Amino acid sequence: MQYRLDYYLPLVKNVPMKQSYSFLSLLRHGLNKHTTWTPAWRSLPLKDRYDVIVIGAGGHGLATAYYLAKEHGLTNIAVLERGWLGGGNIARNTITIRSNYMRDASIPFYVKSVALYEEMTQELNFNTMHSKRTMVDVIQNYPMMRDRRRRQHIMDIYGSTYKQLSPSQVRERIPALTGGGPDARLPIVGGYVHTDAAVNRHDAVGWGYARAIDALGGEIHQQTPVTQILRGTDGRVAGVETPRGVIRAPKVAVAVSGHTTTLTETVGLRLPLRTMNLTAFVSEPVKPLIDVIVNCPDAGFYLSQSDKGEMVIGGAPDFGQSFRRDIKQHVFEDTVTAMLSLFPSFKKLKLMRQWGGHLDIAHDASPIQDETDVPGLFVTAGWWGGYKAIPAGGLTLAHLVATGQPHPLMAPFTLKRFRHLEYVMETGTTTAR
Amino acid sequence: MQVNRLSHGGRINRARALSFTFNGRKYQGFEGDTLASALIANGVSLTARSFKYHRPRGIVGAGVEEPSTLVELMGNDASANRPVTTVPLKEGLIAKSVNCWPSPAVDIGAVNQLFARFIPAGFYYKTFKWPNWHVYEPSIRKATGLAGTPQEAPDQGHFEARYAHCDVLIAGAGPAGLLAALTVGRAGLRVMIADEGTEAGGSLLSRKLVIDGQPAMDWVAATVAELHDMPNVKHLQNATIWAYREHNYLMVNERAPENASLLERHWRVRAGHVITATGAIERGMVFGNNDRPGVMLASAVQTYVNRYGARPGKRAMIFTNNNSAYAVAADLAAAGIEIVAIVDSRDDVPEVARAVVPDLEVVAGSVVTQAQGLRRVRGVSVVPRSGGVSRTYSCDLLAHSGGWNPAVHLFSQSRSPLIYAEGPATFVPDTPAQSVSACGAAEGQFELSAALHSGAETAAELCEGPALTPPEGEDLAYAIEPLWRVEQATGKAFLDLQNDVSVDDVHLAIREGYANVEHVKRYTTGGMGIDQGKTGNINIIGTVALHQGIGMDEVGTTTFRAPYTPVSFGAIGGFRDESVVLPYRHTPLTKWNMDQGAFMYEAGARWRRPGYFPHPGEGLQEATNRECEAVRNGVGVYDGSPLGTFELKGRDVGKFLDYLYTNIMSSLKPGFGRYGLMLSDDGLILDDGVCLRLDEHRWIISTSTGHADAMNSHMEELLQTEFPDWNVFVTTVTSQWNNATICGPKARDVMVELGTDIDLSPEAFPFMTFRDGHVAGLPARVVRVSFTGELSFEVNVAPRHLRALWDKVLDAGSPHGILPVGSEASHVLRVEKGFLSLGHEVDGTVDPFDLGMGWVMSKKKADYLGKRSVHLRRDGPGVRRELVGVIPDPDRMIPEGAPLTPRGEKRPTEGFVTACVWSVVHKRWVGLALLENGHARHGETAQVRLKGGELIPVRVTPPVHYDPDGEKLRT
Amino acid sequence: MMNIPCPFCGPRNESEFSFGGPLKPDRPDPNATDDEQWVGWLTEVPNPHGPVQEKWWHVKGCGTWFTIWRDTRSHDIVEGPLDAG
Repeated sequence: MQYRLDYYLPLVKNVPMKQSYSFLSLLRHGLNKHTTWTPAWRSLPLKDRYDVIVIGAGGHGLATAYYLAKEHGLTNIAVLERGWLGGGNIARNTITIRSNYMRDASIPFYVKSVALYEEMTQELNFNTMHSKRTMVDVIQNYPMMRDRRRRQHIMDIYGSTYKQLSPSQVRERIPALTGGGPDARLPIVGGYVHTDAAVNRHDAVGWGYARAIDALGGEIHQQTPVTQILRGTDGRVAGVETPRGVIRAPKVAVAVSGHTTTLTETVGLRLPLRTMNLTAFVSEPVKPLIDVIVNCPDAGFYLSQSDKGEMVIGGAPDFGQSFRRDIKQHVFEDTVTAMLSLFPSFKKLKLMRQWGGHLDIAHDASPIQDETDVPGLFVTAGWWGGYKAIPAGGLTLAHLVATGQPHPLMAPFTLKRFRHLEYVMETGTTTAR
Repeated sequence: MQVNRLSHGGRINRARALSFTFNGRKYQGFEGDTLASALIANGVSLTARSFKYHRPRGIVGAGVEEPSTLVELMGNDASANRPVTTVPLKEGLIAKSVNCWPSPAVDIGAVNQLFARFIPAGFYYKTFKWPNWHVYEPSIRKATGLAGTPQEAPDQGHFEARYAHCDVLIAGAGPAGLLAALTVGRAGLRVMIADEGTEAGGSLLSRKLVIDGQPAMDWVAATVAELHDMPNVKHLQNATIWAYREHNYLMVNERAPENASLLERHWRVRAGHVITATGAIERGMVFGNNDRPGVMLASAVQTYVNRYGARPGKRAMIFTNNNSAYAVAADLAAAGIEIVAIVDSRDDVPEVARAVVPDLEVVAGSVVTQAQGLRRVRGVSVVPRSGGVSRTYSCDLLAHSGGWNPAVHLFSQSRSPLIYAEGPATFVPDTPAQSVSACGAAEGQFELSAALHSGAETAAELCEGPALTPPEGEDLAYAIEPLWRVEQATGKAFLDLQNDVSVDDVHLAIREGYANVEHVKRYTTGGMGIDQGKTGNINIIGTVALHQGIGMDEVGTTTFRAPYTPVSFGAIGGFRDESVVLPYRHTPLTKWNMDQGAFMYEAGARWRRPGYFPHPGEGLQEATNRECEAVRNGVGVYDGSPLGTFELKGRDVGKFLDYLYTNIMSSLKPGFGRYGLMLSDDGLILDDGVCLRLDEHRWIISTSTGHADAMNSHMEELLQTEFPDWNVFVTTVTSQWNNATICGPKARDVMVELGTDIDLSPEAFPFMTFRDGHVAGLPARVVRVSFTGELSFEVNVAPRHLRALWDKVLDAGSPHGILPVGSEASHVLRVEKGFLSLGHEVDGTVDPFDLGMGWVMSKKKADYLGKRSVHLRRDGPGVRRELVGVIPDPDRMIPEGAPLTPRGEKRPTEGFVTACVWSVVHKRWVGLALLENGHARHGETAQVRLKGGELIPVRVTPPVHYDPDGEKLRT
Repeated sequence: MMNIPCPFCGPRNESEFSFGGPLKPDRPDPNATDDEQWVGWLTEVPNPHGPVQEKWWHVKGCGTWFTIWRDTRSHDIVEGPLDAG
């Protein structure tokens, strides 16, 4: 497999917005009591035919539509959303952006995604509040240390940063980390710092894309659930059926996360995907305490403090397939106990809100982006933890839809890999000596 | 001086005064007060500053709904962001307002009000973009976050957790909940009733109502007493049901339990049925400056007067759209508070309402457009809805009511839907999704008698026999004409006080396309505060509905998520240490190892093992070298007990093992052992290990330490789900057989010295066999396997004998310089030998051929796990990474995991170094690597590329660096 | 935390069990299927938006493997326990 390390599409200059956002525009509209702002995106009449239909106005669907319009000039496109735009997993994640992966297949893709995120505020003229605040991996187990050591050299090849820290350096970076001492059950044995990591504002990403899609001539139709994908007599995809009527299109891209198989089964397609529930929770807002993203793989959680002051905390997906957004109480309690062992002062901190999201995991736990056996029908799926992949996932899917060829960054992640069981294994590599 | 304390009344103990400190000033209150009621009694009305604009704020509510005044408690009570209304007063309490500096009266942040016009909803998204967010983020972060962060864990007290099971769990001990409890309690069901308040009664605590001709609280006391005497009823106060999970599993947070050292108690309740009798929460009216101190919810004012004997003001105005505020007016008047007038937005005020306050002026068909005053309300402007002249009323208190919302949070958390009801103008429970029902005000029954009836009937459905005849409650009939916002409002009209979200913000959001209620909520942050919009959400929905000209149902409500009110993490997971969640596994030698000063660590599967045994002044490398040299040149011994060990019995074990392993095991003769590999059906290596055949139907198999649990699951699953008719029984015997493995050229000498009845000669006892007998007088099974490449005797004994054996081995070996060997040395020895390690060479991608072990894949067997998939994968176009040895040239250490790239260029890798050790045999660094097409590249020089571009040339060799023909381990 | 009916022990907390994945069709004879069928059987599992039959192991209890039908939308156990064999 060959990758171009310098792969970088010549991006069109920043999208010309109908109404520019800036400090000056806020002042100007403020003098009009803000009655002169126009919609960030419009509600247009639904047509019965488009060049491309993207199903799902979550992060990946919106990014795909954006890049279809911007990079490939496809503007007769519609994003169909059964609920509200930006309400998919983009509204239910922990906003962590990073590229510290282990395999050649994954790292360049995520490096690209991080780079696209960094430019997003200027590109979309919408403040995504991209905060490149680094991630510190807190390691409490030697096999995990080995896993992390392995990553640093290969990440460097693709321009992603990863540097080892001593236990005392870990504590310097995270003064609130007072647990995990030498006598603790899981003592801190070291750490790694990933300076490319960032958090941003997930709503802004969805809304920024939606506004740009609108500015470029694309359409977004909310409250438009797809009930059936339609095939023509030639076997190709022909469009979709919705309660608002049949909408035809020669190309349909499915970007619906946990509901992928539900949709593809309407054309008899089976995919190696399972839907799981991933939960997260936030604390009450408090004054700034933690200024990096803290990842504790051995304890099984990660956290960062949002600009509003809330600790945003996530763990691993629950066992079992699930379309229910509910936390597993016993898993949750274990996660909290693990967190308190490292941050004992958080015993006084309060849980404010928790939520879950449906994600889909492929058989080899790596993403799938490909044209399916139904010509013209594309899927982007298996993105558990897919928030960080949104811009690059959209860029590559747009490339695939527009050109019919997988984008080089996504070439290892097509469905074809399963023909010979050539899994891309990012996980499952660390076991005991 | 408690200037606003009424001379009598209230459920406070005037005999017991409590002193407390608020924002640095000392005050006094009474036992039974909340911090809020004590502040009101002391005439403190400016208690907070708002989140965004730093507007002056006071106390608005009286319970968990409080959106306005959050306080931070100090000292051992330390707790951030507590609604002032939920803090029980106690002696010496120290509290301060959040989000203002230095105080609510003199707040530097108040300067924000000057820019309010230019910082509408969503302004962040439109600005602070140049040059990037990092320029602005630090100061913005500092400005947000409300209270300070906790600095230390609580230094006194602890948390605990309990399980509970009941037939019926009742949430709320108000009139409906109590009557429901009485009903199911008398029927003999196991009942748990939990209420968040300090005492039972719910709304009755705040109101002056009559039940069966008696004061309602007398009925409450009698009911609580009867419940107390029922052995099948558990009654908790100060206990909030904060989460409703799947399968009727609910979480209860109990505070201030009977034990003073107990901070909080976490209840995990599995309930047969749940009754939500959680009452209702009043919503406010939305008019200009509806956030000024002195503008309060009518029910809260009623609570302060009736329950706490505290007077929130002297001259009150009432503003309402429903009947309940008339009862408030009557109670206030009875307490001696002057009521200036009642402003009612309804043109036709029901006679029943007027009748409770016949002497008061009612300004019907009118609305309050604005509250006047800055730090305290001084008056209100009132205008008829039909138009006309605005009139000003002077007052120091405005009690307003926009209607009531059932507390549907728990019901909704159960994933049961809500539906908008036109009559009570609010969202009420719809069809239950789990075994749950709602009653009383939580169901939309806002009148006392209806609530009592609904409590009795809901409970009666759960038990046999006739329903209780509920007592008669007298209450004012409820009627409402919803008013989601005052259209004529002037000034900022807030929908969400906590996050400073005004009507204009919602209108702006809709104007900009954020029209879905979820968009409105996120764009404006309305309802996203700590209170989760308990008072404001429905007004937001109403405002959206009005603006878009659609019904409330079409707008829909947002999701209610756990927790109902914030819960401390200590109460959720602080009651146990992590060592309880992840207990260590110990062998009988763990203590000995630690006594020797071994460097101990967890080496997978929770086993705590010795890494190396340093002499004084030695580091890892020196100690490891010493231990390795002992094994290669003399003798060493290690504790192999953690190795996963299973005994398999039955007629079909051979057939089963043939399916499980890639090679043929069934042909093995008793007394012999065979090494094998296990694959998943995906054709990836699961594990490796040795099978021993004890007799015709008994086998012992070993698995790697870290995979023992997974292997157990794997075997049981296959036997129970795929081959239930096969006669195979698997028993885990890891902890029944412990072993000391004696290894090195002198191992046989040590065995002889120990004394054994087993013939140790290589002819009588060859490699890959085992013998049962005695060693050092202890019954033992000795196995000739080797993980070091040296002559080895794995002496297995019962755990109670291991320590004795160990001591004897060390004694017997001392003339040969025997050393205990830790994991680090074992690692070096196996790398020298090219033996596999899971997690190093076996990283979830390789198959046996990649490891040069194609011989282990039986060609004779038609089928076994993984066979088809390995061949399918190898038929594919993919290039394989194969196991090779690497010798760095020049000699130096290679960091484990370092990638190999073609010619060392900065490009995709062609492999990586799985391990690199200092070889005591070769006196240089040697390693193993997985390298593309590696088997064909022996003798080549490849390039390891480190971070930063440094290259290490390595010679590619076969993977066995020591004794390639295996003569030593067979001797 | 579901309440899972073990056929041997009765209803027990989910934390006592280990999830064994959705029940797949019977393993095809690997020597009598083509590549596509084999890969399909190996990699695809039922993923319904509704009831799914799945395996559970009462690992911290009696050690029985069994199946239940569980609705993935609500987590309600709609049928079972059934014999896993």
